[in-house]
Amino acid sequence: MSNTSSGAASFLKTSVKQPYIWAIAALVLLLIINLIKDPTYLGISVNAVTGDLSGNLIDILRASAPIMMIAVGMTLVIATRGIDLSVGSVMAVSGAVSMEFMHDAGDGSLGSALMAIALALGISAFLGLINGVLVSIVGLQPFITTLIMMLAGRGLAKVITSGQNTSASNEFFRWIANGTVLGFPVVFLIGAVIVALVALLVRRSALGLMIESIGINPKAARMAGIRPVGLLIFVYILSAVLAGVAGIFSTASVMTVEVAKTGFSSEMDAILAVVIGGTSLAGGKFSLTGSVIGALLIATLDKTIVFLAIPSSATPAFKAIVIVAICLLQSQRVRALFSQRRARTSTPRKEAVSA
Amino acid sequence: MAATEPIVEMTDISIEFPGVKALQNVQLRLYPGEVHTLMGENGAGKSTLIKALTGVYKIDSGSIRVSGGPRQFSGTADAQSAGISTVYQEVNLCDNLTVGENVMLGNEIRGAFGINWKKTHEAAHEALVGLGLGDLDPRQPLSSISLALQQLVAISRAMVAKSKVLILDEPTSSLDANEVEGLFTVMRRLRDQGVAILFVSHFLDQVYAISDRLTVLRNGEFVGEHLTRDLGRSQLISLMIGKDFETLASLGSNRRRDARESGEQPFYSATDLGRKGSIDPVDIAVYPGEVVGLAGLLGSGRTELGRLMYGADRPDTGEVTIGGKSTEVHSPVAGLATKIAFSTENRRDEGIVGDLTVRENLILAVQARRGWARPLSKREQKELCDKYLVELNVRPSDPERPIKNLSGGNQQKVLLGRWLATKPELLILDEPTRGIDIGAKAEIQEAIATLAEDGMSVVFISSELEEVVRLSERIVVLKDHRKIGEIINGPDITADTIVDLIASDGAEAQGVEAFEPEPAALAAEGSTN
Amino acid sequence: MTSVIERPSAPQSPHTPSLASRLKPNLETLPTLAAIVIFVGMIIYGEIAYGRILQFSTLSNLFINNAYLIILAVGLTFVILTGGVDLSVGAIIAISSLVGVMLANAGWNPFVVIVLMILIGSAFGAASGILIQYFNVQPFIATLAMMFLARGLASMLSTTPERLADESPIRTLSTEIKVIDGPKINDLVTTPNVIIAAVVVIVAFYVLHKTRFGRTVYAIGGSEQSATLMGLPVVRTKLAIYIISGTLAGLAAVVYTSKLGIAQNITGVGWELDAIAAVIIGGTLLTGGAGFVLGSVIGALVLGLMNVLITRDGSIPPEATTIITGAILLVFVLLQRLVVSRKRKT
Repeated sequence: MSNTSSGAASFLKTSVKQPYIWAIAALVLLLIINLIKDPTYLGISVNAVTGDLSGNLIDILRASAPIMMIAVGMTLVIATRGIDLSVGSVMAVSGAVSMEFMHDAGDGSLGSALMAIALALGISAFLGLINGVLVSIVGLQPFITTLIMMLAGRGLAKVITSGQNTSASNEFFRWIANGTVLGFPVVFLIGAVIVALVALLVRRSALGLMIESIGINPKAARMAGIRPVGLLIFVYILSAVLAGVAGIFSTASVMTVEVAKTGFSSEMDAILAVVIGGTSLAGGKFSLTGSVIGALLIATLDKTIVFLAIPSSATPAFKAIVIVAICLLQSQRVRALFSQRRARTSTPRKEAVSA
Repeated sequence: MAATEPIVEMTDISIEFPGVKALQNVQLRLYPGEVHTLMGENGAGKSTLIKALTGVYKIDSGSIRVSGGPRQFSGTADAQSAGISTVYQEVNLCDNLTVGENVMLGNEIRGAFGINWKKTHEAAHEALVGLGLGDLDPRQPLSSISLALQQLVAISRAMVAKSKVLILDEPTSSLDANEVEGLFTVMRRLRDQGVAILFVSHFLDQVYAISDRLTVLRNGEFVGEHLTRDLGRSQLISLMIGKDFETLASLGSNRRRDARESGEQPFYSATDLGRKGSIDPVDIAVYPGEVVGLAGLLGSGRTELGRLMYGADRPDTGEVTIGGKSTEVHSPVAGLATKIAFSTENRRDEGIVGDLTVRENLILAVQARRGWARPLSKREQKELCDKYLVELNVRPSDPERPIKNLSGGNQQKVLLGRWLATKPELLILDEPTRGIDIGAKAEIQEAIATLAEDGMSVVFISSELEEVVRLSERIVVLKDHRKIGEIINGPDITADTIVDLIASDGAEAQGVEAFEPEPAALAAEGSTN
Repeated sequence: MTSVIERPSAPQSPHTPSLASRLKPNLETLPTLAAIVIFVGMIIYGEIAYGRILQFSTLSNLFINNAYLIILAVGLTFVILTGGVDLSVGAIIAISSLVGVMLANAGWNPFVVIVLMILIGSAFGAASGILIQYFNVQPFIATLAMMFLARGLASMLSTTPERLADESPIRTLSTEIKVIDGPKINDLVTTPNVIIAAVVVIVAFYVLHKTRFGRTVYAIGGSEQSATLMGLPVVRTKLAIYIISGTLAGLAAVVYTSKLGIAQNITGVGWELDAIAAVIIGGTLLTGGAGFVLGSVIGALVLGLMNVLITRDGSIPPEATTIITGAILLVFVLLQRLVVSRKRKT
């Protein structure tokens, strides 16, 4: 991860070796495609009155904020060899809770907004706790646990709003998604700060090392005295809370929660961002930077498809192809390693050298 | 009997993995109608050679001839269709299926409407009878019979497939004496039918009891092929261990302190420590600065006892006193908290965290102890790396290398460093020298002796009785999941003392005597060459 | 040479299977028996609480309305028995039915259309299987990707409901056939779709219990490594089960579309979960190796009956049904975990 020698040349060398170099390349490629269609694509203009920045790049940053949140959460879950398929539904629950609360409160005050946020995040955390407990203490497989939560969560959102797409008015809440600070979109700033906090928490403490250990070899980690239960519950709660934040971002931009659509298929975006960023689905070493770049890539991809006048309903198919391609590439790496070790068995984790 | 051609001939086989020469110019010849033992210490290359034969590993150079013609198999299934079957230690069958299905699947009897289960189970029954297992009901699930019987079912399967070569990879590790004798009866019967049996084992007594010829490997190299009756035990041991036998023997002489100073309290003391299914309640005490060996045959419960002491497994019964205080040790976290450390025998699955660096692996337990909120600073980590990588002579000594790129011996040393870094007062070592080259072995054994001299208590678990005798002051002997005795080491104690203790214990007194080689019988068999 | 091995002190005498081992097979069938008990219990409860449950018309409709789910559940049983999963079946129904309806309306031969619908499912199944078997992608990721691919392609075809022409012969698959003429409208009816479902179940049962392929499926679920070492055709089998699951999803699309007459890109959202729930409720272990296809049928009927009871009750909002299904699935998965961990202790 860190290199000891200094200098721009060696910085460049280590950057190129990072797994997310392909993501950056793809990002640049997409921007170039957009530029070909419209040479002014990257232009940023400043609104003379408000000082707000606007332009395609700004839109991309705005759109990437919720994806960044769920991607970061998903990264840590995947690092523990788990998966969280419920993030989309938790986004919907979070949006539903906030909209319903502010709708009922009806006063558009800062207090209501703050309360709505607290409730939304609290309930999200609770759903994450359920996931974490089922996986770490009861021992259920993560995919079935979060699959059930995905189903139940979507239903919960519908029950909370009684099936309606609830709207609310609250300027403070709306400001989160639509406001600017020094012209820069607030939603991206908040997102960036949250990502930085999570990164600090995970890398400055021993959490990152412990998470990677239980992902790479859970038995060895346990024998070394690491407690897996607490770590697992932590990552699932964090994933759910971050999904809650993403839900707030999402619904705040239109001040409506669409119980069937909010967060729908977002888990795919999150998994895609993580995988593009270089974290392996098999767990272990993870890269938050990579996932952030992956989130930016997905936001750019979404915008590019619209910009090129391809119907947006094609996007899921597109993303599916990208995921498949990356899985193949990740698997090819495994296969290349394989032929070196000359093992013929198809189980990937078999050690070649016998005791 | 006329001289026959070998049914399997492996010549100059070499296989290299990144950083390790697993096999170098190894020879193996198997003749029909013989029991041929493949011998060598752990890590000698026995498993690799078998996998080379069945095509699981591709060979880098050399040739394999089966029934006179050159063959390169592509995997177990391919080898099986050519008549070479392998039965592994873990009995690779599907225990959710019935006994009959496990015997016959792949060779079922089919009728117009699919598998004819009646006839298939009858055929299974026939095959089982052929091995003396006529009492087994083919319709019962495989999970309902003992491991020893499951192994025989696996052999039946091989016979149904009309195998001409049967490879048994460490089949006796989890069997008791009766079950071993049962297996040997079956092996002799098959041998008499003309099957070539390749028997992989490191239990000397069993090798002398059953085999006609043996091939000895050491560190991936071919040492020699001999008729069993021509080779005495000490000769065989010398071949397996190499000329450094004397070096290792000399290490032992310091360790034979007997008397404990009066009134000294044990650091660790447990009464009735046990866990259902793994070890019956045991009393054990370890004094400061003492090396206690746990000895017994494989499957006797040595590892299980060590794990219970550390908390790797949760004890069902027992009272533990550490440093005079009554404690419960129910998890590795608790073990580390009470200053106990445990080095597992299975370093691949339970020891190394492969993708992490040497440094990260080294500090892992210390970090776990400190908790997530107090990470070790870069300086503290560097200090630990400098100290232990040098002290234990880890090569290469670059702390930023992924540990999976190190050789087995160096990985073991890093793991040892991990535990030493926690400054334990009791260090439990389970097979610390397994699969390690001679040089590293000696280094680790020296390290153990020095640690004890400095006041650390050490529990040393090993399947090599000679090693246990060399290093321990006191030896706790286990058999069939029970403690059967304690030996205080002294000049007249040898590996045979332990073996006799195991043999003479309990009602199964016939245990070890049955394994004496019968030279007359072997000569009468008229084995070729 | 002796012909009998004497075992004076062997812990398990091979002469008579001990009581424990005789009960053990039943431990495997227990969850399926429990499902039957639950089903019967629900019928009795429904009859007492709401009335008009235990009668021909209700039971007929139960089968007619859930024929597609039964077929999906059978396909998923093969996959789950090996310890895998297929999340793409709902989306396959969407794309398959859209293609089918559009081609049928454009005048294509209905038989060709039906075959094509089924083959679309096979194609997606094959893609999943190849990803999983040859590229070591985890089943849930591979089939999740296929799900998005299928759903995306369906959305590209059409985002509005496509109605199958009224005179299309495909609709004949859902014509009702009176089996027993009861009083008034209370008749026992069946449709060709139900017969198709029944045939699928029978064939699946035969394959799983009377062919080497089927036993290999169980073997893989028990231990894939052992199955490979036993020389069984593991690679081919694993590939085949995903093709089977996809093909049956295609067949389910035919069955469903012939009855409803409408195809839409949002069809089938969540149906993979219903199918998984049916299989789990029916007693198949999520981890593989144990289970019966008849159990999956019971599981599908339990889910169908649950919907009927909820509708009859009227007091539970429709949004809550997903939560209830999720809760039921959770309960069964927990029970399975309990059974498995207890088995490990003995």
